[in-house]
Amino acid sequence: MTQSPYATVDARPSPLRRLLPPPPGAAGPRGSTLLRHLVLAVLAGAAVVLLTNQLEPYRNLQVARVCAFLCVTAGFTILVGLNGQLSLGHGALMATGAYTVALVQRGLDGRDLRGQWSVPLSLLLAVAVTALLGLVIGLAAARLRGPYLAGVTLAVATLVPAVTTIFTGVFNGEQGLPFPVATPPAFLGAYFQPERWLAWIALLAALLTMLLMANLVRSRYGRSLRAVRDDEVAARLAGIHVARTQVLAFVVSAGCAGLGGGVYAVLTATVASGKFPLELSLFLLMAIVIGGLGSLAGAVWGALLLVALQDLPALLTEAFTLPGGLAQRLEGNLALAVFGLILIVVMLVAPGGLQDAVRKATARLGRRRPRPSR
Amino acid sequence: MERFLFLTLDGLSTGAVYAAFALALVLIWRAARLVNFAQGAMAVATAYVGYAVVAATGSYWLGLAAAVLAGLLLGALVERVLMRFVGHANPLGDVIVALGLVLLIQAVLGMVFGNEYRPAAAPFDTDGLTVGGITAISPYDLWVFAAVAVVVVLLALLFTRTPIGLRMRASAFAPEVSRLLGVDVNRMLTVGWALAAAVGALAGMLVIPTGLGLHPHAMDLVFVIAFTAAVVGGLDSPVGAVIGGLLVGLILSYVTGYLGPDTTPLAVLALLLAVLLVRPGGLFSGVRARQV
Repeated sequence: MTQSPYATVDARPSPLRRLLPPPPGAAGPRGSTLLRHLVLAVLAGAAVVLLTNQLEPYRNLQVARVCAFLCVTAGFTILVGLNGQLSLGHGALMATGAYTVALVQRGLDGRDLRGQWSVPLSLLLAVAVTALLGLVIGLAAARLRGPYLAGVTLAVATLVPAVTTIFTGVFNGEQGLPFPVATPPAFLGAYFQPERWLAWIALLAALLTMLLMANLVRSRYGRSLRAVRDDEVAARLAGIHVARTQVLAFVVSAGCAGLGGGVYAVLTATVASGKFPLELSLFLLMAIVIGGLGSLAGAVWGALLLVALQDLPALLTEAFTLPGGLAQRLEGNLALAVFGLILIVVMLVAPGGLQDAVRKATARLGRRRPRPSR
Repeated sequence: MERFLFLTLDGLSTGAVYAAFALALVLIWRAARLVNFAQGAMAVATAYVGYAVVAATGSYWLGLAAAVLAGLLLGALVERVLMRFVGHANPLGDVIVALGLVLLIQAVLGMVFGNEYRPAAAPFDTDGLTVGGITAISPYDLWVFAAVAVVVVLLALLFTRTPIGLRMRASAFAPEVSRLLGVDVNRMLTVGWALAAAVGALAGMLVIPTGLGLHPHAMDLVFVIAFTAAVVGGLDSPVGAVIGGLLVGLILSYVTGYLGPDTTPLAVLALLLAVLLVRPGGLFSGVRARQV
């Protein structure tokens, strides 16, 4: 058997330790984890709701986009960071969710069955359909490792335009499917800003995702995911069903990607294959790596990054008056080049990403403060 | 029957390019145990260099030489500057760094050359010769076969007949022992990357005139197909890469010929999954002990 010429001595702590209960006397988490996360989620939600009341429509749409991407990155970072499975096909999973929402909403609209419940229903179906697809991919993925898995999922990412063109009767090829916009309910008043309503929908989806993921990370399943990532053999010896755990991770993150894609479709009230190119999957990976792999707070950074990547080009061209040809070339590419470079640098120098840097900085600040004497 | 013959020859011709590209992937896999996901983007970058030289000098052959040279330099650069420093605490590190390189290269190409298709002229006629009423192979296809065949033979000679080839094989298969015996394993890695990128550059120059032209994303699907070819043949086997490339070229040619061009990605995924689930080591892998 050949070995990597780069191979070094492996000094990882045993994954088994993570499975053991904390030693007696250790400071355990106080109170219920679920309760703590719930309180955090409600506080964060209230803050963002207050924020949306102050913002103009365009900013509210930005908030909504961040929330939509957050659904995706939260699930994705758990798959890649916590379970160590690299997927390059999450853009295609987002497309699955988005198309499901579009098809369900169009179907309901065609039968005059529209109401406030049609958005949550379509999103729920989007999660279900995408999770099912994730199950199929995950079953194959559980048998594949490293570059093989990356290659297969990359092939999945190239499927979107092909499938939408082959089944053009269903997906309407490159034109895509428009569907009715989600309007605010009547009790909010006639002058309620529609963008604020969209932001609330996205926010609710993001909070729900974050809450579920935060609890998953802290649960027995979360520990199994990490154990499988660190050492499959040891995990198996500890009684963890490795393949089942890997499939579970894939299903969960696919469901999140479906929800995010569905919310994204709701925001734009249309879905087309051009919005889910191969690069989208790479952007998602870039976002969670720069944010900090395996960390939900890092997923928030990642979602912010993704929206920045979309909106920076327009800002740049506004800020600098460039000759037409140059502006056209720089638009999109410049931000992408910078983020690509940051991705490489982060991976080489600071694998913990932004979140790790923030944590270290705050820890340093905390240390400087004089400690109260006991 | 006539259509079948046409599709077969066409498939073998595109398959030869996939074979060259898969060979580039296999070279790096054998040298460093990693799949270079930036191979496609690197090949596009060198093809831009090549066609810039073609535009400046008017000679395709100078352009081809420039592209291959640029490939050698780019491959060595990527290994020396990036890949050497990827930590192995995270097994996904090399893939992620390579993907960052993809984003960077494509964005820089877009900034310098623009995100539109630029025409890329072929040195020979790409229309098929008509022999006895049947449209058969084109002069360009013949050139592709010849170029790939020369590369394969040269690589085979390099690896089996020269001291540096022996050192490269040794450092790939037993880096620690080779180091003890005085082989500069790090330098062999750089040489391996440079060679692979040069082969990739040649494949890029060969495949781009047959597609829509030069574009920062021109090799995205080609990379996926070449990866499939390398997996079909087994990532460890150069012979497998060549046969896998030809095989995948043939299969895709039949699928697109009879079912339509949109089915290509579906066929690629099906093929990739079928091989990986049935025979994960590739069609040409020997029986070996399970790695735990």
